[in-house]
Amino acid sequence: MNSSSGKSYMSTASSSVIWKAGGDVVADQFPAGLRVLVVDDDPTCLMILEKMLKACQYNVTKCNRAETALSMLRENRNGFDIVISDVHMPDMDGFKLLEHIGLEMDLPVIMMSADDGKNVVMKGVTHGACDYLIKPVRIEALKNIWQHVVRKRKNEWKDFEQSGSVEEGDRQPKQSEDADYSSSANEGNWKSSKRRKDDEDENDERDDTSTLKKPRVVWSVELHQQFVAAVNQLGIEKAVPKKILELMNVPGLTRENVASHLQKYRLYLRRLSGVSQHPSNLNNSFMNPQDATFGPLDLQALAATGQLPAQSLATLQAAGLGRSTAKSGIPMPLVDQRNIFSFENPKLRFGEAQQHVNNNKQMNLLHGIPTTMEPKQLSGLHHTAQSMGNMNMPVLSHGSQSSQNNPLLMQMAQPQARGQMLNDSTVGLAPRLLSPMGQPMLSNGMATNVSTRNGVPENIRAPSYNPVSQTSSMLNFPMNHTSELPGNSFPLVSTPGISSLAPKVAFQEDVNSEIKGSVGFMPSYDIFNDLNQHKPQNWELQNVGMMFNTSQHSNSLQGNLDHTQSVLVQQGFSTGQNRNSTVISKAMFSAGDSTGHVNAQNGNQHLNSLFVDNTVRVKSERVADAAPANLYPDHFGQEDLMSALLKQQDVIAPAENNDFDFDGYSIDNIPV
Amino acid sequence: MESKHVNRQIAAMRQSFFDEEVLDEKFSQLEQLEGKDNPNFVEEVFTMYFKDSTAFLETIEEAMKTIPIDSIIVDNILHQLKGSSASVGANKVLKEVNKITRQVLGKGNLDGTKASILKLRKEYDSFKAKLEPYFQLKQANSVAQVK
Repeated sequence: MNSSSGKSYMSTASSSVIWKAGGDVVADQFPAGLRVLVVDDDPTCLMILEKMLKACQYNVTKCNRAETALSMLRENRNGFDIVISDVHMPDMDGFKLLEHIGLEMDLPVIMMSADDGKNVVMKGVTHGACDYLIKPVRIEALKNIWQHVVRKRKNEWKDFEQSGSVEEGDRQPKQSEDADYSSSANEGNWKSSKRRKDDEDENDERDDTSTLKKPRVVWSVELHQQFVAAVNQLGIEKAVPKKILELMNVPGLTRENVASHLQKYRLYLRRLSGVSQHPSNLNNSFMNPQDATFGPLDLQALAATGQLPAQSLATLQAAGLGRSTAKSGIPMPLVDQRNIFSFENPKLRFGEAQQHVNNNKQMNLLHGIPTTMEPKQLSGLHHTAQSMGNMNMPVLSHGSQSSQNNPLLMQMAQPQARGQMLNDSTVGLAPRLLSPMGQPMLSNGMATNVSTRNGVPENIRAPSYNPVSQTSSMLNFPMNHTSELPGNSFPLVSTPGISSLAPKVAFQEDVNSEIKGSVGFMPSYDIFNDLNQHKPQNWELQNVGMMFNTSQHSNSLQGNLDHTQSVLVQQGFSTGQNRNSTVISKAMFSAGDSTGHVNAQNGNQHLNSLFVDNTVRVKSERVADAAPANLYPDHFGQEDLMSALLKQQDVIAPAENNDFDFDGYSIDNIPV
Repeated sequence: MESKHVNRQIAAMRQSFFDEEVLDEKFSQLEQLEGKDNPNFVEEVFTMYFKDSTAFLETIEEAMKTIPIDSIIVDNILHQLKGSSASVGANKVLKEVNKITRQVLGKGNLDGTKASILKLRKEYDSFKAKLEPYFQLKQANSVAQVK
């Protein structure tokens, strides 16, 4: 990492460390007082860990269930500095938890397990764990965990401070401290900006970025959408923070913010690409002229995928930023060329997917995100409209959704080569995003579940999400909450960002085709369920940043998405997760993407299951309309909503052409 | 004095555990975590460990009786046992667990697996039988010393 800060930090650290996460200052005893949350279902290990951590003078909170840990974290976002979690837990996979935390709270997470197999460790890495400990954990290993906190902060600082320096895809070395602290976080998320400013004034050690509490910018869906749009517009290779910042034109956003976000985004894309197998295919339909040039793609992931259009990346990134861990669970092997990005999505194994879906992690990175994702679209929610089958969607169940963080819940939709799934506009996230659609990729929920079918149903429509501005960029679709997916076919709606929509989407091949490119597949059709309940007016819900951008204008998407998304999302999230719904709705409809109808039934978690057996009906036609309203023409009551969303996507032309192989997806069969 | 004698006895017991490799250095690390405010930490840990592990073993044994064997359950439990045994320093128990894990992974060896589980059970019971009196003695001794 950038060394300069580190050094200075170190020196400072010893003198007065400020674990200011929650505003508490622990001075003079760095790293004492580090607030650690440890999660392990084995009480013996938990007890030992707690003792060891206490012996390191950390402030320890222990928890034996992942769900409890998540709610603790959500309730008290700034209450912890670092999380240590076991991999094997009965109620939730440790990796899912990892993803959630990364996306929602962006805390460093250390994984641990008695399993030291390379695959598992790799999984930790790809999911964004900052470290992986093998049990039995030695106290020496715990003594150094503070480095992860410091490192993360340092990076954030660094980005923050850097101003105007062009980054070549990499974080720039720390620049002078003359960071313009003046920029206030957009969306008012710079909680401590003021404080920070003061701190800075007082703090002579500018170098110690880590010590200064850095206000964290919350990358709302909308913001992320903008980000993705900008990245796509510039082309992933050329996307440097400064230019992105200029394009985004968000007051108060600093280059550093963008830089760090970009970094995460790249990691996210990298992760996704690692999964997908056919990188190039995505380009086919999705690639926008702009994106088409991915070339090396900074994102390594992209490399894998071949071409993650810048936009897609953006989208993906947004989604996966938090944790850059593409949902590995996505079993869907992206095979097709269309594919969407060879994200890890292929991983969406349905079997796992199901589980994953439940996990809130939204790994719905759009696997097959069409490269051409509209920048805008994706920005918000990069929900990969993954092939329906694939979507395991770890829908991000962000309880908090909308709010924050996680710019994109990149739903990794198995990008089945649906080819076009994501239209150009979408950032590649939606693997299957119908290309024309610039659609928003379905965030999480959607994508993942999609693929249950044939491996990776092409239909993934993970709508790329353009994070609707409203919601926090992440499409955290809370969907992930264990929603009970209706288990029916969800119309694949390219709901952008539906994060945990685990709609039971019955993906049917034909559906996919309809989706046409704009895969806005929303795996989480659960949302629709909710949608049903909600009136179309829900569309106005919080414009979740889901942007369906069929066309490349990111802006337009936003508008469109906003409603549709929010509406959809809202609805989609069934079960109780209200929050999810918001997200879902947003995510769900990625502009006109595949109109898969997502049965937003409950918690997107079922997306996985849905995918498996559901046929997602992607109504491409609807998509064409791009009007959200078109989304689901008939099936669910919400269809109107969806269609409305889809309408937005002009691109979503009736996807007759089944560019994507939506196998088995028959729109008609989607059980409502 | 009595307590001195008992102390020696306790120390000898402890050393024998290391000599026999029933315990490994993890155990000593746990001991180091004990302190004034937490003098029975190790014993508490072991109490918890024995409680859970006994249940785990029973579950495995039950699972082995069903046909077909639910390997997922067995795998999960073995994984749990591995983690906790490693964390407390139950060296021989851990070794047996690892052996079974390898065997179970290489399926098809049902009889081998069953035999290994029997061995695990034996090792575990022996371990428990050694450690529990040790802790009891320690506990009694500390009480006596307080007096």
